Amino acid sequence: MAVVETRSLTKVFKEGELGAVNSVNLETREGEFLVFLGPSGSGKTTLLRMIAGLETPTSGEILIGGRVVNELSPRDRRIAMVFQSYALYPHLSVYKNIAFPLKAQKVKKDLHKQKVEWAASLLGIGALLDRKPRELSGGERQRVALARAIVREPAVFLLDEPLSNLDAKLRASAREELERFHRRVGTTTIYVTHDQVEAMAMGDRVLVLNKGVVHQLGTPTEVYDNPADTFVATFLGSPPMNLAELSDVIVGFRPEHFRPVSSVNGEAVAFRFKVENIEYLGSEWIVSGTPASGKLGGQKVFSRLNSAQDLSLGGTYDFAVPQRELKFFDRSTEKRVEPKVVSWQ
Amino acid sequence: MAIGRAKIKSVGAAQSPLLGAAMFTPAVLYILLLVAGPFFLAIFYAFSDARIGNTEMHYVGLENFRSILKSPSFRIAIRNSFIFTICSQIVVIVGANILAIALEKTFRGRGFIRFLILLPWVAPIALGAIGWKWILDSIYSVISWVLVALHFYKPFNAPMWLGEPHLAIASVLLVHSWRLMPFSTVILLAGRTAIPKDIPEAAAVDGAGFWRTQFQIIIPMMRPILSVAVLFGLIFTFTDMTVVYILTAGGPFDSTQTLPSLAFAMGIQGSDLAAGAAISLFLVPLLIIIAYFMLRVAHRAEVN
Repeated sequence: MAVVETRSLTKVFKEGELGAVNSVNLETREGEFLVFLGPSGSGKTTLLRMIAGLETPTSGEILIGGRVVNELSPRDRRIAMVFQSYALYPHLSVYKNIAFPLKAQKVKKDLHKQKVEWAASLLGIGALLDRKPRELSGGERQRVALARAIVREPAVFLLDEPLSNLDAKLRASAREELERFHRRVGTTTIYVTHDQVEAMAMGDRVLVLNKGVVHQLGTPTEVYDNPADTFVATFLGSPPMNLAELSDVIVGFRPEHFRPVSSVNGEAVAFRFKVENIEYLGSEWIVSGTPASGKLGGQKVFSRLNSAQDLSLGGTYDFAVPQRELKFFDRSTEKRVEPKVVSWQ
Repeated sequence: MAIGRAKIKSVGAAQSPLLGAAMFTPAVLYILLLVAGPFFLAIFYAFSDARIGNTEMHYVGLENFRSILKSPSFRIAIRNSFIFTICSQIVVIVGANILAIALEKTFRGRGFIRFLILLPWVAPIALGAIGWKWILDSIYSVISWVLVALHFYKPFNAPMWLGEPHLAIASVLLVHSWRLMPFSTVILLAGRTAIPKDIPEAAAVDGAGFWRTQFQIIIPMMRPILSVAVLFGLIFTFTDMTVVYILTAGGPFDSTQTLPSLAFAMGIQGSDLAAGAAISLFLVPLLIIIAYFMLRVAHRAEVN
């Protein structure tokens, strides 16, 4: 039985307008870490808020633990949510913040202390229990928010961009901590983000959304290596997948597969490639330029290389893409299709 | 930025002594002439036997205070001042919270309803009080008319809203509450809107119902703004004499007299300036306490 399930879930904010979420069907697996990934305005937060019960669906059903919960208020759904702002209660101490759900759910009073201390020690904030939220750093606040979520042992965790308020350095360690936390408690978790790195790093599966429509649901490797359509292909990966329109299909290839011809083995498509920009990123180089001839002539193409020291700006080189790394998309539907033989000239 | 600041500084430095003084002189004059002057004059009169129409004046020590404290009217006035101030604040805070919760949600005609609620505050207090005097009139009262029409009372037998001591006290209380409600509602509404939407949502997800969210989360978070509303309300009601003066003039039998209205009745209408001054001095200690708390709230708001 799926922990969370949605059936043609739709949310339309203004009548006559395009829905924020359009007919989403979804099933989580027990204990998984599912990431909703999409650009801003893709409906990922609205979808999460409908599951939480903070937003009423226009149509469709939400099931938690096999039960339709559309009519249930958030408190009756056995969920816990961590907000983007953490939404800690500023006038309450950390202890009282964590104890609040217990009080609200009428858990027996003599259990409070033990449960709060359990949650606090799980997140390593046992020493902060007397502090007020404003006396905490961003990372500490996030942990308090997590402790407040875990304390009542919910069936599902809903996390709404919980790392976006942290600075870049803290974000990496907080991400790791979240992963470890999830492995430890093993609760089914839905995590909303617009950051593809977070999605790839943390998700057991990733749901890619755009304009309220599900584009693909799959493991990070599936969505990266086998994108279902051109949106997924270009949204994931930085720089994104190179796309080229060739007669009736769109052909795509990742920048890391577009390399000097000498380092490409097997059957490949070769180009004369004019280098127009070189960026050194430490562990890798991003080279961009335009193929000198053929159907791709004049179109900007990215290449990701371990070393670009042999290349110079303005130079023209022989580059190639292995045939097996080419992805094909239908030109009108932009959906993935079977490989075809195409002419590059 | 640095250049701009330096420029302003040099202009200010050249003109500061004279210009600065000229700028704040009106404020100082205003306070000296209309606040400090009358205040010290009241202290001066309170220890004298000053009367209207009499140019002579003698020092009498604490005599005025002694006779005031013995007067039953004064005791009623003190009691009423506290009853009106405290009870109307309770009514206002409860009512204003309910109104603020109702007006927070968007609905059709919300702007118009907000406007209606604000009207009592915008209208001059004397006009409002005169309106209520008619509503509560012994012969023409619409309330009595409705109650008679609904057969709760026989014709000409309806209660005298302003003529019976207890009803008169309740009436004055009602008008004070009516008058202060808009002000508190607007302040509390602002306080509510300032709370991020995430907070009540988090409380809902955490399992809190409406009452728990209100009493354990929202209202405690509004404490600073709530104390501003209460402190202003206390001052407005405690020092107000218009409502009492217009509705009952302190009657019947001094039963609705408050400190300001009694001071006016004794000092101006009764020509006993000294007694009026002495009565009004009893307002000072309470106002000092309120002022202290107001400054504390203001200071805390600055610090945060």
